[in-house]
Amino acid sequence: MSTNIADHVRTSLVRKGRWGIGEILFWLIAAATLFLLPERHLILNEIAIIGLFALSLDLILGYAGIVSLGHAAFFGLGAYAAGILAKHGFADPLLGLLIAAIAAAILGFVTSFLVLRGSDLTKLMVTLGVALVLGEIANQASWLTGGADGLQGVSMGPVVGLFEFDIFGTTAYAYSLVVTFLLFIVARRIVVSPYGLSLRSIRDNPLRARAVGIPVNRRLVAVYTLSAAYAGVAGALLAQTTQFVSLDVLAFHRSADVMLVLVIGGVGYLYGGLIGAIIFKVLQDVISAWTPQYWQFWIGLILVIIVLAGRERLTERVRTLWKGVAGRTAKSPEPLPKTSVREI
Amino acid sequence: MRRRTFMGAAGAAAVTLALSGAALAQEAVKIGLILPMTGPFASTGRQIEAAAKLYMQQHGDTVAGKKIQLILKDDTGVADVTKRLAQELIVNDKIAVMAGFGLTPLALAPAPLATQAKVPQVVMAAATATITEASPYIVRTSFTLPQATVPMAEWAAKNDIKKVVTLVSDYGPGIDAEKAFTSAFTAKGGQVENLRVPLANPDFSPFLQKVADAKPDALFVFVPSGIGAQFMKQFVERGLDKSGIKLIGPGDVTDDDILNGMGDVALGAITTHHYSAAHDSPENKSFVEAFKKANNGMRPNFMAVGGYDGMHLIYEGLKKTNGQGGQALIDAMKGMSWTSPRGPVSIDPQTRDIVQNIYVRKVERKDGELYNVEFATIPNVKDPVKAAKSN
Amino acid sequence: MLTILFDGIAYGMLLFVLACGLAVTLGLMNFVNLAHGAFAMAGGYVTAVLMNRSGVPFLATLPLAFIVPAILGLVLERTLYKQLYTRSHLDQVLFSIGLVFMAVAAVDYSFGSQQQLIQLPTWLQGRIDVLGVQIGLYRSFIIVICGALVVALQLILTRTRFGSRLRAAVDDPRVARGLGINVSLIFATTFAFGSGLAGLGGALGAEILGLDPTFPLKFMIYFLIVVTVGGTTTITGPFLASLLLGIADVAGKYYVPSVGAFVIYTLMIVVLVLRPQGLFERAR
Repeated sequence: MSTNIADHVRTSLVRKGRWGIGEILFWLIAAATLFLLPERHLILNEIAIIGLFALSLDLILGYAGIVSLGHAAFFGLGAYAAGILAKHGFADPLLGLLIAAIAAAILGFVTSFLVLRGSDLTKLMVTLGVALVLGEIANQASWLTGGADGLQGVSMGPVVGLFEFDIFGTTAYAYSLVVTFLLFIVARRIVVSPYGLSLRSIRDNPLRARAVGIPVNRRLVAVYTLSAAYAGVAGALLAQTTQFVSLDVLAFHRSADVMLVLVIGGVGYLYGGLIGAIIFKVLQDVISAWTPQYWQFWIGLILVIIVLAGRERLTERVRTLWKGVAGRTAKSPEPLPKTSVREI
Repeated sequence: MRRRTFMGAAGAAAVTLALSGAALAQEAVKIGLILPMTGPFASTGRQIEAAAKLYMQQHGDTVAGKKIQLILKDDTGVADVTKRLAQELIVNDKIAVMAGFGLTPLALAPAPLATQAKVPQVVMAAATATITEASPYIVRTSFTLPQATVPMAEWAAKNDIKKVVTLVSDYGPGIDAEKAFTSAFTAKGGQVENLRVPLANPDFSPFLQKVADAKPDALFVFVPSGIGAQFMKQFVERGLDKSGIKLIGPGDVTDDDILNGMGDVALGAITTHHYSAAHDSPENKSFVEAFKKANNGMRPNFMAVGGYDGMHLIYEGLKKTNGQGGQALIDAMKGMSWTSPRGPVSIDPQTRDIVQNIYVRKVERKDGELYNVEFATIPNVKDPVKAAKSN
Repeated sequence: MLTILFDGIAYGMLLFVLACGLAVTLGLMNFVNLAHGAFAMAGGYVTAVLMNRSGVPFLATLPLAFIVPAILGLVLERTLYKQLYTRSHLDQVLFSIGLVFMAVAAVDYSFGSQQQLIQLPTWLQGRIDVLGVQIGLYRSFIIVICGALVVALQLILTRTRFGSRLRAAVDDPRVARGLGINVSLIFATTFAFGSGLAGLGGALGAEILGLDPTFPLKFMIYFLIVVTVGGTTTITGPFLASLLLGIADVAGKYYVPSVGAFVIYTLMIVVLVLRPQGLFERAR
């Protein structure tokens, strides 16, 4: 009997792990933009970075149910780590990514113990507090970070020794896209593994998860650390492709924006962050080109309408549509997370 | 390998496209104006935008037979956005010159692009001294903080002020002002104590209490324009004005934009700055009048005059180069001089920074409104930081 | 020393008036209303516009600074917020952030992006010397008004019929409804009252905190800190938390200015890690 269940889980995981047509199409289109939209590489680069950042938030919010309003702490740390490294002569981008990921992971590991307890509101505020304190540290340590003037003199070497960053943002976009794609594959692999499954059971009911023997705290610490590393890489990508770091990588609006992006795109299916990044950035770009002063009004209006029209229904529809296209014909539909913030 | 050659080819094609595009698009000269139009520094953006539009309205939109097109972008005060917008404007819109830049990091972020693409970058607001050193294509029409601050220190030393407490916002320009004032004032034998206030700080009371305890002759203050009003009110609320502490500083704290709303608490503050809406000259009178008329009674401040002069510099430069941008334009701008609403100004050909008169002013009531009334002039002040380096 | 304490108390009181409406909606009605600051801003602008454009005296504007946001709150509650009580908190966050964006841009459009300044009447300016302690008149005024508000709120919540109905409606809306309590009316009234208090706070704070279109975003963090540190089920919790934060902030900046900015955030983290439900809440 028990082996039966194990088999069943295994096959269902394998089935989920298969790539659907829609997913392949998504990435093919992303790759095609590299050649088809040469004028838009700069904003596409930003979208890829924000998409990765939102993906990292999805790992904890969508899969482990940890809300955060301070995810910029890891993003910013990664950005500063990569920037400072490049400034002091270690110009290889991949090395920068690695160090940024490690630095952010360490911070994530240390601070993860702060978010194990408490209600969602507590978690929101603790994560927010961590980001604000870090921002203040970066401001005070101006000998290292350049303070409020921003970090000057970041100059990057070519990617894998071959591709120089160009003014059209082509290398930058290709680089960010490839990194995002590779990390996406890893994340996708993780969430359909038994480990990912255990995370979801913790999200849905931590008490029961503990009762069936899942080491809840250890799992949460691990995923928080992983998510921090992802955010750190996203930050490093931003620092490397813009070759500049300023204090607002750690600012509150970064954390809030990424939350918006993820929620717009839909929580808990990895593509939400990427799709949300596309929607949010394109909207912002179009509206702010049209009315540079008052674009916020329209973004706000759209948010309000999305919610009133039923965001969950919308994203659910997107998701079912997505599944249809993605061709995942799992017998029983994945139980949808009703809401990730259940109790404040 | 194949990928690499392809990318190389694509890059090369794009470059040639860009170059030929620039050649074709010469009927219209595009100016990219990047400003914080939303967020906490929106008022800076509004002033500059209004001034730039006013200038175009007054001087027409054709220069050397070419149409001028102004493209306004909102960077929300975030440096990486500024950089991306600048890059897009250069690559996609093929702008001849970029302008604006409300804060120091916003001006520094796109500086490497200016160098790389050889696009002149006209800084209309940001005031940290080092900005013009970030790229040989940067030229500035606002001011530098040391430029406005050192005369303050000299004036204070001459006017029987012995002990000063400085209180600055803890960020680049604030620290610039603090350093400039401290070194200039101690060189004249004065005594200085330094205080720094976090940038996001709603309540000044603890810092002002420290000032009250120190009992200096004067309090030197630099806070970004906008916060100045709160500062002034709390200064008076604490009774520091009555205890004989003079309020001095660069003119940001008595920003013309909000000075009149501060009320009597601002009276008597002595500042040194490069522009006052009350500057007595025919150029300024007509500028202020036209600006108010076009903007619903808004009074132009030093940001506006930076924007106005920036447009003037671009227009005159384009006239000289016959509408050409790039190296020719930046060369044409160097050494240019004209009479601005703020008085005579010129662009230092070595540093590409502005050389201008600095005025000592006192807040007074004039025709029922509060103004910074100028009572002394220090002519042709260069940025002291760069001047000290070149000596 | 005592002056610092006094300033801290005044600052804390101000924070409380601004944030207590949020404590009510969040704690009692379980609604995450990040647009709370927008109501505070509305109150501030009512005062500033009335004083500067119509010459209404400061005190006379205060009731209006309460009433206008309250009506605004009532209208929005009836039309929009009502539909979201049962939604997830993520929805509420998204919705109220959207409202904030709209409010910021709309105020910017109508009144411009510069600081709005008000002129206090002369009897509120300056300071007096009481037993060697320097007391700012306006700050004493704030303390008096806020103190009265705290007492009134506490009495309303614990001693009146409305208070007990409200608590009942919050604990279990269905049962409350079954007992014949008009839950939606109570929620609407409470929401309007909370918005009005925020408006009053905005008007009182305009002098000290400043007032411009980004006000709701700038102070959102402070409101949230007060509410989370204080715990959300009582009024006294946020009140004591406001005082604590106000004093700690002012004193921190006075005695150790170089780390002054850290104090308030670090305090929050420490409190929340030690007492996740907030400082003044019985652990459940």
